[in-house]
Amino acid sequence: MTDQNTALETDLTYIFPDAVLRDERANYEGYIVKRELLTSIMLRLRDDLGYDYLSSLTGVDYLPDNMMEVVYHIRKSTGGSPLVLKAQVDRDDPVIPSVVSIYPGAEFQEREAWDLLGIKFEGHPDLRRILMWEGFSGHPLRKDWKEPYYEEDGKPFKSRWPAGYYKSSEEKNPLGTNVDFPAGFNPESWVPEPEVALYAGLGKMERHDEETGINTEQVIVNLGPQHPSTHGVFRMAAKLDGETIVGLKPVMGYLHRNHEKIGERNTFLGIMPYTDRLDYFNSMSNNFGYALAVEKLMGIAPPERAEYLRVMMAELTRIVNHLALFGFLLNDLGAYFTPFLYAFEERELILDIFEAVSGSRMMCNYFRFGGVARDLPDGALDKVKGLVFDRLPRKIDDLDLYITNNEIVRYRSEGVGVLTPEQALAYSTVGPVLRASGVPYDLRRAQPYSIYNRFDFDVAVRYHGDVYDRYLIRLDEMYQSLRILEQVIKDLPEGPIQEGKPQYQVRVPPGEAYGCVEGPKGELGFYVISTGKPNPWRYHVRAPSFINLTPLEAMCIGSKIADVVVILGSIDLVLGETDR
Amino acid sequence: MSEQKNAYMYGLGVLKTLGLAFRHFLETYLDDLRHLGKRYRTSEGISYRSSKDVSGIFTIQYPEEKLPVPEEFRFIPFLIYEEKEGKVEYRCTSCGICAKVCPPQCIWIVRSSDPNTGRPIPDPEEFYIDIDICMNCGFCSEYCPFDAIKMDHNYELATYDRKSNVYDKAKLGRPLTYYASVRPINYEREETARREAEEQRAARKAHA
Repeated sequence: MTDQNTALETDLTYIFPDAVLRDERANYEGYIVKRELLTSIMLRLRDDLGYDYLSSLTGVDYLPDNMMEVVYHIRKSTGGSPLVLKAQVDRDDPVIPSVVSIYPGAEFQEREAWDLLGIKFEGHPDLRRILMWEGFSGHPLRKDWKEPYYEEDGKPFKSRWPAGYYKSSEEKNPLGTNVDFPAGFNPESWVPEPEVALYAGLGKMERHDEETGINTEQVIVNLGPQHPSTHGVFRMAAKLDGETIVGLKPVMGYLHRNHEKIGERNTFLGIMPYTDRLDYFNSMSNNFGYALAVEKLMGIAPPERAEYLRVMMAELTRIVNHLALFGFLLNDLGAYFTPFLYAFEERELILDIFEAVSGSRMMCNYFRFGGVARDLPDGALDKVKGLVFDRLPRKIDDLDLYITNNEIVRYRSEGVGVLTPEQALAYSTVGPVLRASGVPYDLRRAQPYSIYNRFDFDVAVRYHGDVYDRYLIRLDEMYQSLRILEQVIKDLPEGPIQEGKPQYQVRVPPGEAYGCVEGPKGELGFYVISTGKPNPWRYHVRAPSFINLTPLEAMCIGSKIADVVVILGSIDLVLGETDR
Repeated sequence: MSEQKNAYMYGLGVLKTLGLAFRHFLETYLDDLRHLGKRYRTSEGISYRSSKDVSGIFTIQYPEEKLPVPEEFRFIPFLIYEEKEGKVEYRCTSCGICAKVCPPQCIWIVRSSDPNTGRPIPDPEEFYIDIDICMNCGFCSEYCPFDAIKMDHNYELATYDRKSNVYDKAKLGRPLTYYASVRPINYEREETARREAEEQRAARKAHA
């Protein structure tokens, strides 16, 4: 898989001799592109060289060099590891051409980079803040930005040991002096500018009906942020013509806590339990992705048994996620909470296993660099066997029997929220959303990580790209996960579960790494830059449920307002990950 | 999976799912009869209701019944002390590893020093944990080299006052016997390892 990629990588400086330089920094990969030629190179890469899929886009603040860098990971939908491109700009005037016209999937990611790092993307159709609130001043991921209650640049804080003597944050910094407002800010008279921009972004409000000669006015309906259908605090500003959606803009960030800044302040190991809180349904696969990224930097690999345990947990969590999704999706369809609880019964039994193995049902914190935290306790394997060989196949068959051909489910979901394969790729969707649109792209096959190349399974794919296929694909994936689990249980070797001695202060050599897994929601990537210190210099999460929202408007236009709820449900988002 | 039928079921699907709910309802009562007097408020009933063979209702009637937590369950750390000759001796040496590894930095330790010499002594003067901030990750107990801090099983910590949620040394302390009762397997393993290490040391000393 990687071979074809390296063959091409050697070519890139030949193809663009004047525009591309190899990134020569130690332990860095990819190329540095001249910023003026960025869009033309991207266009060539997409159209002539097959890099049709933008996986991740983020920025890095190199404060000591007074330089900002935008990092692009682009992929071929046929597989292989990503091609890494970087464009560098001056930190005082960070302006870079937008690639939204080439990869529409960059829309939200560029907005995020603008919001958190203050990099301007020229030519972006709607460059507003996305995660921070509208009146916020500054760009929090810049290295010289300091949060309220700021103590030190990196943990561990000296005040904890040996100084001691507990002080709460409020005592340290009384309320009123710890919040930064823009100059002249008055909350009484303040009208959020982007609110106006948000509505303006939805387009013009009046329509003239040719047949009747009547002018009709379109209305804006805000769904959320407090709405039971939005799976958390998420808002959609929808413009309606009658009952039909003609425009829709998602508004997010209500659960934003700047996970990435917390990560950059924390030690490498200390980030691990924080990753649990991203997509709180799938802490196991969040741990997995982060562990892979740091292990890549450290150049270590876990022992055999740990690899098998990792895959076992990752596949169990996939089943947990899809079961939960079924419950929520049926809730959205109006089957209020009864099917939800039937699905949660199975989920509960899997969570019991997680609890016995890792100590916590949802915040597992089970993976360590070069292994896992602890071995299976007595009886846990029997429980897994009981579920995999007996109960789960039976119960998933039940779901299939009762839901798949239920007429309400089919009427409500067939042909709703259609995403064509071309759109799905262009909008950088991942996971079940991409595969339901007929693109058989699964990282477990496209860029095999851990030991997935040993297992026999099929990449599930469906072709209609509607909500119903997005439901079916999850059913298929659960059967495939069971298949993988059967093989894992059969081959599970004895042996150590941790490479070397467990260490609380890991030494991570300087460099960059991008670790990614096929999480239940799609490609979950962690981009980590180390400078050799105990804390990472940059820690970025490529969140599937954030980027999967990019085509939401495209999916919703033309459908009825009641279908928006179902379409959103079928994307499968968790706000902990979307807002980070 | 079953072949996807092209024809809709025209109302049959709705009846089928209603039937499923009704079956579930009936099973609950049939299961009650089958396990008469044993299904509720007994430990075997609870373990049955969280096993793969359960049918009917599976919920646990908290707080009358409680799900037993597995040994590895972790919730808020405690400090282990041993009572030797009537004196309470904490295992903690205030080395500070737990405070350094703690991801949200909720552990505050004050080292104590000998009043005569001013040299630090291996016993913490104060030990605070802000349990509002603690995220129950278990790193402190995982990386403690002296097995001095361990994760508790008690999860019923609701209070009316947030201020009382900063636990000091006295509130965090638990006797070794308590640890042995909540985590018997871990306790046994650590004690065996300690005994072996001591025997080795003794053997080496005898050899020298």
